Amino acid sequence: MASPEFKNPVVKWIDHRLPVFSFMHHELHEYPTPKNLSYLWNLGSLAGLALVTMIVTGIILAMHYTPHVDHAFASVERIMRDVNHGWLIRYIHMNGASFFFIVVYIHIFRGLYYGSYKAPREILWMLGVVILLLMMATAFMGYVLPWGQMSFWGATVITNLFSAIPLVGDGIVTWLWGGFSVDNPTLSRFFALHYLMPFLIVGVVILHIIALHRFGSNNPLGIDVSGKQDTIPFHPYYTSKDLFGAMVFLTIFASAIFFYPNYLGHPDNYIPANPLQTPAHIVPEWYFLPFYAILRAIPDKLGGVLFMFGAIAVLFVLPWLDRSPVRSGRFRPLFKVFFWLLLADCVLLGYLGGKPAEGIYVTLSRLATAYYFIHFLVILPLLSVVEKTRPLPQSISMPISGGGMGAAVAAKRGKADA
Amino acid sequence: MRKLMRVVSVATGIVAAAVVSFSAPAMAAGGGGDIKQHEWTFDGPFGHFDKASLQRGFQVYREVCSSCHGIEYISFRNFADLGYSEAEIKAIAAEYEVTDGPNDEGEMFQRAAIPADRVPSPFPNENAARSANGGAYPPDLSLIVKARPDGANYLYSLLTGYADAPSDMKVPDGMYYNKAYSGNLIAMPQPLYGDDITLANGGDTSPEALAEDLVTFLAWTSEPEMETRKRTGIAVMLFLFVMCFVSYGSMRYIWADVKKAKA
Repeated sequence: MASPEFKNPVVKWIDHRLPVFSFMHHELHEYPTPKNLSYLWNLGSLAGLALVTMIVTGIILAMHYTPHVDHAFASVERIMRDVNHGWLIRYIHMNGASFFFIVVYIHIFRGLYYGSYKAPREILWMLGVVILLLMMATAFMGYVLPWGQMSFWGATVITNLFSAIPLVGDGIVTWLWGGFSVDNPTLSRFFALHYLMPFLIVGVVILHIIALHRFGSNNPLGIDVSGKQDTIPFHPYYTSKDLFGAMVFLTIFASAIFFYPNYLGHPDNYIPANPLQTPAHIVPEWYFLPFYAILRAIPDKLGGVLFMFGAIAVLFVLPWLDRSPVRSGRFRPLFKVFFWLLLADCVLLGYLGGKPAEGIYVTLSRLATAYYFIHFLVILPLLSVVEKTRPLPQSISMPISGGGMGAAVAAKRGKADA
Repeated sequence: MRKLMRVVSVATGIVAAAVVSFSAPAMAAGGGGDIKQHEWTFDGPFGHFDKASLQRGFQVYREVCSSCHGIEYISFRNFADLGYSEAEIKAIAAEYEVTDGPNDEGEMFQRAAIPADRVPSPFPNENAARSANGGAYPPDLSLIVKARPDGANYLYSLLTGYADAPSDMKVPDGMYYNKAYSGNLIAMPQPLYGDDITLANGGDTSPEALAEDLVTFLAWTSEPEMETRKRTGIAVMLFLFVMCFVSYGSMRYIWADVKKAKA
């Protein structure tokens, strides 16, 4: 960790007293990164970009928004109509939440496929799950702020979940609401917390990055870097790749903002909140639908809540459920199949979460919920024992297996991965 | 590039799945939901509002809808978007009365509206509106196109969807049969007949043409920023396309030595 020699005398003077330049050089410039990362490794920096975008647009929105039941809806419309470029700021923020989740969900499934949660990156993974939880809480409270019909009824349904807790449940719900129904005290505290939580996310993201930089990124082969020949400096290689990724991401993001800004939203949220009129179907935002499906799949209220939170909790202990020493799904023929089944299962749960809880949808929700937990609690532990993994390459720069696989095949594989 | 395609296809898959789970919300039991697909000038990335149609739509709103429905988020100054000049807007505003005050004596008073005023709503509050409409509440129309699934087509179908009820269906007093409305029974009487309105700029007054103009106007009240948004969007997309190529090129240039070493 030798400090770099800075030429600029001012930089040198400051760095001697406060080594921020050394720090940046070490962590962002020379930071050794596996040279075989695929585009799936772009999602981390994209999540960071989404977070910053949300915070910047959110602060501007807060300057114009009024957290009061009588004025919230109208103040959002004022932003849309009368604030200069207010429609742009708000549509970025509104769609930004969806795109943040899209990016983070891909990031998570990347981690699942390539075993990024395995030793020595367990804490890195768990911090990521904490970020997901914080994001969900933030998104939920943010959706309440425009005070439309879905805001109000979504808040009512979700806060009511806590009443399932035995003995203290009802007390907790009253405490959360600051009254006996979702009302003005609820809105103002949700606003305060919605402003606070992104900064908590920033804090955990910093820990996430510290944990990441301890051992560096995992890679598509899932094997440790064996030396300098396997890595390249983060800058300019991955800064340039992340920049390209950011441009592709922004292009897709912009097409939603400018051309289909309400596609991912619900029309009912353009109807002002009305406590006396329940919408025909109360559905959460799309990114909550898989969890909503799990919640409704369980016939018991407390059970539903436990399973819903369990769906996240199971991710916390994932590093100890999957004991296979091989990280990457590339060398795990059986795991690979189950990975895609899990992804399909999650998409199915998302679909079912948007459907009314009746008939075939209930049965399918139960099966899909059961499969979700079976994947983590039964299949993964079992695979660790029974699966015969394929031989691992010796190193990242020499993707030639230790034995078994012919050199010609290995070379072909290496080329296909390039 | 192959990997990039894979990433993009997975992302698209997830988005598509999310979208599918939203679309086609189940209609309430009892019929309704007969939605005609109409072509609108404001559809698609290059969509725009036809100003003549907006003006006709405003006239229909004013002469028919405004006796029950407000457009509370629209100010008279916004009518510049409809192609009216400043003087015309002042004249339109002056035809309305708004409550202002309190004055120096502490009294509220009526005065002619100015361009900065919001368009006054027909009823002071929801209770007054319900009381005057047999218990039904005529919703504000400022956001109506955004507040209904497939809003423009839905409203067009609703406005042109009045018909005789099937013989086996009993229509209660104060209710009307409508093919588009969820449950088929709507409290709003058929608003557009076509023969009772003379359009200032000489447009077609068939019920379908009136409905088209009105829906265009309401699409504008819901999204007055739409033209600016889409125009800005085109410029932003062009910029980002260029940036994609530039950043891809610079990445390939920077990575050339790594790729060569590997080959």
